Amino acid sequence: MKYKPNETRESEKGDFTVNRRRLLQAGGALIALPFISSKIANATSKALVSPSVARREERIVQTCSTFDCGGKCDVRVHLSQGTVTRISTRPDSALDEQMPVMRACVRGRAYRQFVYHPNRLKYPMLRVGKRGEGKFKRISWDEATTLIAEQMKRIGDTYGPAARFAHVATGVSGGSFSGDKMLKRLLNLTGGYLGYYHSVSMGNTAAATPYTYGVAASGSSLDTLSETKLVILWGHNPTETIFGHTNYFYKKMKENGTRFIVVDPRYSDTATSYADQWIPLLPTTDNAMMDAMMYVIVTENLHDKAFIERHTLGFDEQNMPEGVPANESLVAYLTGVKDGVVKTPEWAEKITKVPAQTIRQLARDYATTKPAALIQGWGPQRHICGERTARASTLLATITGNVGVKGGWAGGYGGIASRKFMTGIVQPQNPVKATISIMNWMQAVEDASKVRPEDGLKNADKLDTNIKMIFSLAGNYLANQNPDINKTIKLLEDESKVEFIVASDLFLTPSAKYADLLLPETSFMERWNIGETWGTGSYFMLSEKVIEPDFERRSDYEWLREVAAKMGVEAAFSEGRDEKQWVEYIVEQTRVTRPEENLPTFEQLQVQRQHLFKSAPHVAFEKNITDPQNNPFTTPSGKIEIFSKRLYDMQNPEIPALSHYVPATEGPEDKLIEKYPLQLITWKGKHRANSTQYANPWLQEVEPQTLWINPQDAKNRQIVQGDEVQIYNDRGVSRVPVEITSRIMPGVVAMRSGAWWNPDKDGVDRGGCANVLTSTRMTALAKGNSHQTLLVEVKKA
Amino acid sequence: MTNFVEFKPVSDKQLGFFIDSSLCSSCKACQVACKDKNDLEVGRRFRRIYSLTGGGFIDNGSGAYQNNVYSYNLSIACNHCDDPACVKNCPTTAMHKREGDGIVRVNTDKCIGCGYCSWSCPYGAPQMNKQTGQMSKCDFCVDLQAQGEPPVCVATCPLGAIKFGPIEELRKQYGVLSEVRGLPSSAITKPNLVIKAHSGAEEGVTNHA
Repeated sequence: MKYKPNETRESEKGDFTVNRRRLLQAGGALIALPFISSKIANATSKALVSPSVARREERIVQTCSTFDCGGKCDVRVHLSQGTVTRISTRPDSALDEQMPVMRACVRGRAYRQFVYHPNRLKYPMLRVGKRGEGKFKRISWDEATTLIAEQMKRIGDTYGPAARFAHVATGVSGGSFSGDKMLKRLLNLTGGYLGYYHSVSMGNTAAATPYTYGVAASGSSLDTLSETKLVILWGHNPTETIFGHTNYFYKKMKENGTRFIVVDPRYSDTATSYADQWIPLLPTTDNAMMDAMMYVIVTENLHDKAFIERHTLGFDEQNMPEGVPANESLVAYLTGVKDGVVKTPEWAEKITKVPAQTIRQLARDYATTKPAALIQGWGPQRHICGERTARASTLLATITGNVGVKGGWAGGYGGIASRKFMTGIVQPQNPVKATISIMNWMQAVEDASKVRPEDGLKNADKLDTNIKMIFSLAGNYLANQNPDINKTIKLLEDESKVEFIVASDLFLTPSAKYADLLLPETSFMERWNIGETWGTGSYFMLSEKVIEPDFERRSDYEWLREVAAKMGVEAAFSEGRDEKQWVEYIVEQTRVTRPEENLPTFEQLQVQRQHLFKSAPHVAFEKNITDPQNNPFTTPSGKIEIFSKRLYDMQNPEIPALSHYVPATEGPEDKLIEKYPLQLITWKGKHRANSTQYANPWLQEVEPQTLWINPQDAKNRQIVQGDEVQIYNDRGVSRVPVEITSRIMPGVVAMRSGAWWNPDKDGVDRGGCANVLTSTRMTALAKGNSHQTLLVEVKKA
Repeated sequence: MTNFVEFKPVSDKQLGFFIDSSLCSSCKACQVACKDKNDLEVGRRFRRIYSLTGGGFIDNGSGAYQNNVYSYNLSIACNHCDDPACVKNCPTTAMHKREGDGIVRVNTDKCIGCGYCSWSCPYGAPQMNKQTGQMSKCDFCVDLQAQGEPPVCVATCPLGAIKFGPIEELRKQYGVLSEVRGLPSSAITKPNLVIKAHSGAEEGVTNHA
């Protein structure tokens, strides 16, 4: 078949004409940099010292970033006369294959522009205009810490300690000794605060996975996949997200001949690097494809009967829990006994837009390749139906016997039980017992009486007070990363609701604009900490203070300690330790709790820089499978629960006992699609960690913010390459340049997440921040976020 | 103007780059590490990643989509060509190819910033330093090599998709391919470049769905 070449394809003749201009054209989107304002470009050259490698006398320090980035990669800082002059990374000779540390990625290589950026906050500042207007005046640290102490006391005394709230802090929460932990310590010591649960990154899958296995930690160490013949990456994009050292192992597997299939509406960079096959499907329809795969596997007799019989509950009618009526089993569901709908690939084709034959072949490949690993990323579970999708991957793994075997993968959340971490600081008890989902915080600001247990409130029947004080430490979740920004800022702007907002950050982020008191935080190069990786990596790395903070920048701990003194709890708060001593304390505590690890002392660590927790390869649930009598699963039945009686008893159509497809609100089967015919998804661009490093000019050059749209959808809207477009729904409007590409499937548009919201005078976002369009809708089971599920329309601006 | 610093040849054999385009994910760590090492402002990139996408979607007749989309990346700096167009077109001899290692450099003591090298290079390697009004380009990190270190792009790639060395050795190990869809004909300048092609760079490939 002949396809129409898309915009980045070469000449019609097939051969490249010898011409530099055409080469540039091929990378046209890379050449045009509409977002790089001259202001930033000028700032770049000023920000840099201009050393030549040959002239320098330098000291090289191995360190790592400690904001919430997935890698904790090896970053080597070249220091000359107290200034960072260059960054390098781990050489091949320092690679330990048993627990590899990744070389710094593009973000790690750009840190000089982050640390020396001229727009970094410099002094403590107090708001002078209306809240959110972004007008501040400089004050002293003494005034700032006095004010915080007074407000903490006043608000605690007036409304009760539950009126005090510490918001998500991804900019500081990636290290063992983080500002957010120490803030919570201070709050605990002064009466308490309203805590939250749920992770917006992976909270839905973490809540759903235990209904199958009893626990959430369903991941195996990646070294167990070395001989796996087939890997299906389902909404998993480690190449751009940087997920610990995943890429190291995937590359080795690729070289060993492992076949990779990538299921994703978008042809991600992970697909570019690894995919032998790319299967795009409509967002929120994952369950339909998974149901059809299970139908093929079961009806073609490809399921692992012995495994199912021995280890599972709920596969067919013969093996159901007590007290459940007939026709609720998986087989009954798949064959349509209950609802009359047979879950054939032809049924799923119409829902997913994936050809039936492709689904059929994928099911056969997965079921007949032994072992095979269906690895699900955290993108699909960030949908309104994400809990069901997470559980469906566990069911697929189960019926094919890929659970508990080397080279298989159990699906679901994927966290690895064998990983080791530092022993953290001991938190004093929080006198406030109630906790809310992070998705409840706006309601708790507006009217706390509406946050009931059925809405997500835990450990209490009701909340006694609205949130009146918010701390946001390097946390762009206050406005920017929170869904439905336009709704969020209305709440924040109302000074009668939240009475005092403290933000500490490196930059005036869109969230920091809503501060009453704005504090200039240090970067990881200007403070002591310990970095611990995400994903599958298991090691820690010293993050040393390598440069002195400029201007009046202070680490969160320093000013918190001053506030503690003004509130009369300094001794209990600091235990006499400065920042470096706390890091030393954490290292020493971990040495005590993990004697078998033979950890370096703090002195040794300053030479050794890192410690690799090396463990034997870990296959999740291996013991439960090899010796089920002595190692039952921690579910009520002691088995893998394909059918969950616990979910069944909730009697909520959004929480089926099996994992099956339910059309999503604001999905492709919602009537709203007539008004807003495109599904928008976001992805984590390689050039920032969530919204951190947004302001880095080198990284803006790497990937300018654009909307990806398929050529067919662009053509239908008379949109051509380079056009500015408006993306809109009832919640807001964002305006960015378009990128027409067949790397996104028809019917779906995509933007990089984490861009900074930048409203013009009409309220139209010019920054490409998808959260002016996302909804605050909560998932049924986890009371979690659904950032990925939304409908929009796109038109030429 | 910047002071031009000369280095002795770092090899007696022509050096070149190997790019594993089949593996390159376009992470652009090489691009940014190069900017960091060379203090390049936004707009100047001695190493650049070109992404090529092709294929598309058609309706399969049942309402679903069949696709043959492919995408791959080419990380390209200066290829330190055997027959460099930039050197041939330089009116002042500032652009020169060194004896021994064959590295192509700009002598900034001589460069008048006319830009002919930039216009003649099919790869876009020479780029104007607007601050000095002179040309600048990848010099194979000759200063690092003089200290026994690899070029920064090579030492950066998280997946090891960039290698360097005497071109004859690279060709022995990785083959002689130096042009794929997306690159100019190698006949023009005889680049010292070896590429492992991505499957998407092969004609007529339909490997999806």
